[in-house]
Amino acid sequence: MDITLTINGERRTLPLEDPRVTLLDALRQHLDLPGTKKGCDHGQCGACTVMLNGRRINACLTLAVMHQGDEITTIEGLGTPEALSPLQAAFIRHDGFQCGYCTPGQIVSATAMLAEFREGWPSNVSNDLSAPRLDDEEIRERMSGNLCRCSCYPNIVDAIRETAESVA
Amino acid sequence: MRPFTYTRAEDAAAALAAGGRFIAGGTNLLDLMKLQVETPDALVDINHVGLDAIAPEGEGLLVGALVRNADLAADPRVRRDWPLLSRAILAGASAQIRNRATTGGNLLQRTRCPYFYDLDTPCNKRQPGSGCSAQGGFNRTLAILGASEACIATFPGDMPVALAALDAEIRIDGPNGARTLPAAGFHRLPGDTPERDTNLEPGELITSVALPAPTGGRQIYRKVRDRRSFAFALVSVAADVVMDGGTIRQARVALGGVAARPWMLPEAQALLDGQPPSAALFGRFADRLLAGAKGHGENDFKIPLARRTVIAVLTEATGGDAA
Amino acid sequence: MSEPITFKRHLRMNTPEKADFFDQTAQGVLSQPLDRPEGKLKVTGTASYADDVHPPETAYGWFVRAPIAKGWVTGLNTAELRAMPGVLAVIRDDRMIMHPAQGQQGKSPPQGPSEVFYAGQPVALVVAETFEQARDAAQAARPELIDRSDKAALKLPLDDYETPKSKQAAQGDLDKAMTEAAFAVDQVYETPSMSHSAMEPHAAVAWWDDGKLTVRGSYQMLKTNVAELADALGISARKVRILAPYVGGGFGGKLGISHEAVGAAIAAQRLGRPVAIALHRRNVYEATHRRSESRQRIRLAAGADGRLAGIGHEAWVSSMFGDSFSEPVTQASPFTYAGENRVIGHHVARLNLTAPGSMRAPGEAIGVPIVELAMDELAQAAGLDPVELRLRNIPDEDPSTGKPFSSNRLEDCLRQGAERFGWADRPEPGARREGEWLIGMGMASAVRVNTLEPSEAAIILLPDGTARVETDMTDIGTGSYAILTQIAAEALGLPVERVTTVLGDSDLPPSSGSGGSFGAASSGSSVLLAAQALRAQLAERMGCDADEMTLKDGQAIAGNRTRALPDLLAGDTLRGEGAIDPGATSQTVRQATWGAQFAEVAVSTVTGEVQLRRLAATFACGRILNPKTARSQCIGGMIFGIGSALTEHVAHDPRDGHFVNRDLAEYHVPANLDVPKIDIAFLPDRDAHANPMQAKGIGELACCGTAGAIVNAIANATGKRFREFPVTLDKVLAALG
Repeated sequence: MDITLTINGERRTLPLEDPRVTLLDALRQHLDLPGTKKGCDHGQCGACTVMLNGRRINACLTLAVMHQGDEITTIEGLGTPEALSPLQAAFIRHDGFQCGYCTPGQIVSATAMLAEFREGWPSNVSNDLSAPRLDDEEIRERMSGNLCRCSCYPNIVDAIRETAESVA
Repeated sequence: MRPFTYTRAEDAAAALAAGGRFIAGGTNLLDLMKLQVETPDALVDINHVGLDAIAPEGEGLLVGALVRNADLAADPRVRRDWPLLSRAILAGASAQIRNRATTGGNLLQRTRCPYFYDLDTPCNKRQPGSGCSAQGGFNRTLAILGASEACIATFPGDMPVALAALDAEIRIDGPNGARTLPAAGFHRLPGDTPERDTNLEPGELITSVALPAPTGGRQIYRKVRDRRSFAFALVSVAADVVMDGGTIRQARVALGGVAARPWMLPEAQALLDGQPPSAALFGRFADRLLAGAKGHGENDFKIPLARRTVIAVLTEATGGDAA
Repeated sequence: MSEPITFKRHLRMNTPEKADFFDQTAQGVLSQPLDRPEGKLKVTGTASYADDVHPPETAYGWFVRAPIAKGWVTGLNTAELRAMPGVLAVIRDDRMIMHPAQGQQGKSPPQGPSEVFYAGQPVALVVAETFEQARDAAQAARPELIDRSDKAALKLPLDDYETPKSKQAAQGDLDKAMTEAAFAVDQVYETPSMSHSAMEPHAAVAWWDDGKLTVRGSYQMLKTNVAELADALGISARKVRILAPYVGGGFGGKLGISHEAVGAAIAAQRLGRPVAIALHRRNVYEATHRRSESRQRIRLAAGADGRLAGIGHEAWVSSMFGDSFSEPVTQASPFTYAGENRVIGHHVARLNLTAPGSMRAPGEAIGVPIVELAMDELAQAAGLDPVELRLRNIPDEDPSTGKPFSSNRLEDCLRQGAERFGWADRPEPGARREGEWLIGMGMASAVRVNTLEPSEAAIILLPDGTARVETDMTDIGTGSYAILTQIAAEALGLPVERVTTVLGDSDLPPSSGSGGSFGAASSGSSVLLAAQALRAQLAERMGCDADEMTLKDGQAIAGNRTRALPDLLAGDTLRGEGAIDPGATSQTVRQATWGAQFAEVAVSTVTGEVQLRRLAATFACGRILNPKTARSQCIGGMIFGIGSALTEHVAHDPRDGHFVNRDLAEYHVPANLDVPKIDIAFLPDRDAHANPMQAKGIGELACCGTAGAIVNAIANATGKRFREFPVTLDKVLAALG
């Protein structure tokens, strides 16, 4: 069966002979978008984070066939080497990565996280559920679904905080 | 992952008629299917059947089964009146998973017992009659309460622990019509049928979860785990405590991470009613709640951990100093 | 482009560098916090890792694993699997390897799909048209087994160890020193098995072209990886090319070739089409390397003034059958602290578990923190401040060999680190409380041996005055692209924008590879030497001596003459080739890197949970080539230490040897919320014996000591000692009572 979905603003048709294909493998193997990484394939690392209709999800834990008509944003849709998004530029400035493998997931996740924060969503470390403040502890908790074994966490937090402040 | 047929249901009736395993968020089901712990022949995608609204119902709130965890936790009404539910959801998994996982699906999350996940080893929950490898094995995360010879698995989730403490009701539709189950009675203890996690019958669909009127009590969810975030509970405590001046009018307390279901004991809660808070009272309550608790070696620590955490949470909920 | 004219420079490091070359250069880009030149690719998802590019017609492989820890696989339901949809081949080939190659092994590990040494060992490979078909068919595989699990060795034994003579040492009489000591510590400690858990699973995409094999792989040391793969396949190394332009983390877990490289090569050969194998995360845990568990006995004998008269450090570790590697736990103990009586012991047990191998700072990563726990206990027993105890025991020379230190900055690190951290504010044990939380501070020395490995590089200076650095060095996140670019730019007087660095292709000059913290120093030195070869030629064209010439901003300046490089090159392409070899300076002095680490923790009296409040470290590790990437390396190393102290533990079921927590949900690498603010300081430092750049290793030093500082902080917070890593909340609860 064919499914049609919008990826990074572009309408794409994905021929699917096998419903077992995850959204992650569809992106990487069928749609030539290998920027989204596979770290664990079980939703345990966040390397495959993409946005589904504006919300960050693990692309490994959903089937491509379930996304007829959906809008997907991957790392390739956020910026290019010639036109970086503010977060992408901040990750470079703050050295928010080393090996770079978790980085697309971190950046997509952080992009969506800032949107969640702007909507007023609380987190597990929010003292006040109704009015969370984006301090470092909040950023750390909200980004804990993205593991980084090079352990650039402090730099990731710096990059996100700076971007949040400059956007705000 | 075994091959399966895929059907997208456009409404609940079509989903019920389709015959097959329902998939919503898929965050646990696909994880298990990739490992062939779950091998459904047919998947019925229920993401488009509706059931995704949060609406007032009397003084309570009716939460559709397809409401995503993240939306439920962020709902202003939930944050204001049932903060325990927000807190429990936010303590679970990662933001990415909460954006996809659903209210109904979270109730149906399966155990994280490592032997359930390991097809090479016996597991009565996965393969009835094959044995339990967790006893005598790595059982750090497993049950101290309500376990059986057959199985010591725990229910790993957070949200359902809060739902139990909040006295929520699970609404179900199915081939034999609609019915309801209390959240505290939704999951089953293993007994000699550990393969059945819940009291949901084959073919039934969770349609919604109903929250009763808020108690106005002090609500706390405390989750204790091996990593500060993105880890399953070793022990969690959900508490909703209503004070009346200097005494406890009503307290509902559920434990997570210690049994195959959120662990509540009405007769233990009765100990608290009408009493002034004190360390001794909370100690008696915890002892009653944990009566019969049994460790399996590696998880022995959960008994004192649960006791201490319960006492700390009740102390905090009644306005005392947790220390 | 004109045919390049080649100039070579080779250096064997036999004598210390008298002059510091980089003190004379003018470009000013070295030691600057340059952003990673490959950063734009990494943040946009356009840096291509091993499994990111599949040539047309690529088929997919998935390994069948042994379900037993010991025995033989005698057959497989091959016919059944072959009949499954899309299945192209079911392969059991004598060339398949049993476990990955160790770092710098240079030849194949043991081979064959039959004998089983650990549960999860790959024993067959299923290849199918699609990833989904391959996975399904491999999961349907039913190996026929001779199960000898009952004879398997599944945990460290009480005795029955190999005690290799070369790894034991003794001087003086430690027993006597212990008896006569005013203060003594004699304790046994345990550290768990750990996993590298790089975010990129091991992956290989292989194809053959006219008898020549190309593998896109995720490996750290291409020169030896080529030799290992060629040996495994029984072909000439000249027929093997490995491409690894980006490696998604290594930490020692990708030093040698692994199952997927050999499997993909065999399958691609058999099928005549490209084959991709990306290991499932479970395979990564079960079938690639892990860090050995250890039992360590530490004996410290001190006089009334806290000066050490004796040190004993004995370690018991595990190793794979027939393998030469075993975690060199005691590596720094011969020289870190003074003491005339000393026992170093190393004992190895062979276990039927996932093969142990090198993981970030093999040896010191788990040996140093344990010594530092014992030192903390000694400080308390002697009534001395822990920093002061270390200061009193810094030796003037290597106390085991009498050789001088090339540089020993431990005292500076301790003093400045303590000041920077605010160590003076350390509470009495168990005395500081905030609500339910006990607050404590701890510290540890950090030390790691420093080495140099043979390495080669080329720099091609093009007629337009731009340069291209070429070496088969890898960048596994360490910053190789950045620092090699900076070294070449500095040495050639070029803005960094005019230097391109090409790495990760085994057809390029063979480097040290990434490992043992020698990568930057070794490959960097070869780039420097290549640049110096070019400088000599440029000076000749300027008609002056090389040291009379300044290169800056693409211009050569000598006296009052200035010429732009394109003018000087006059259409020529110059190729500088540099080669460094270790020499006498690796033998005549004791080389090491130094640091002091500090931690502040909060420990819950309710739950036993430990939360880190802050970490700080001061390091001395030679010239810092790029403070930004160096700092990241240190942060990363220290967070490895957090995992070691608090969360990480590979669990093999002692009943059957199964790897219990073989996923990222249950093997707990630290998450973002686990990590507090980390303060890093580098001391200005040079080491003339190390290499011509006077730079040293960084990324491993940082994880040597951290866990000790954290666990000592827990001891300070609670007043209780913890002698088994990781310090999980159950252990804290048990101690708190």
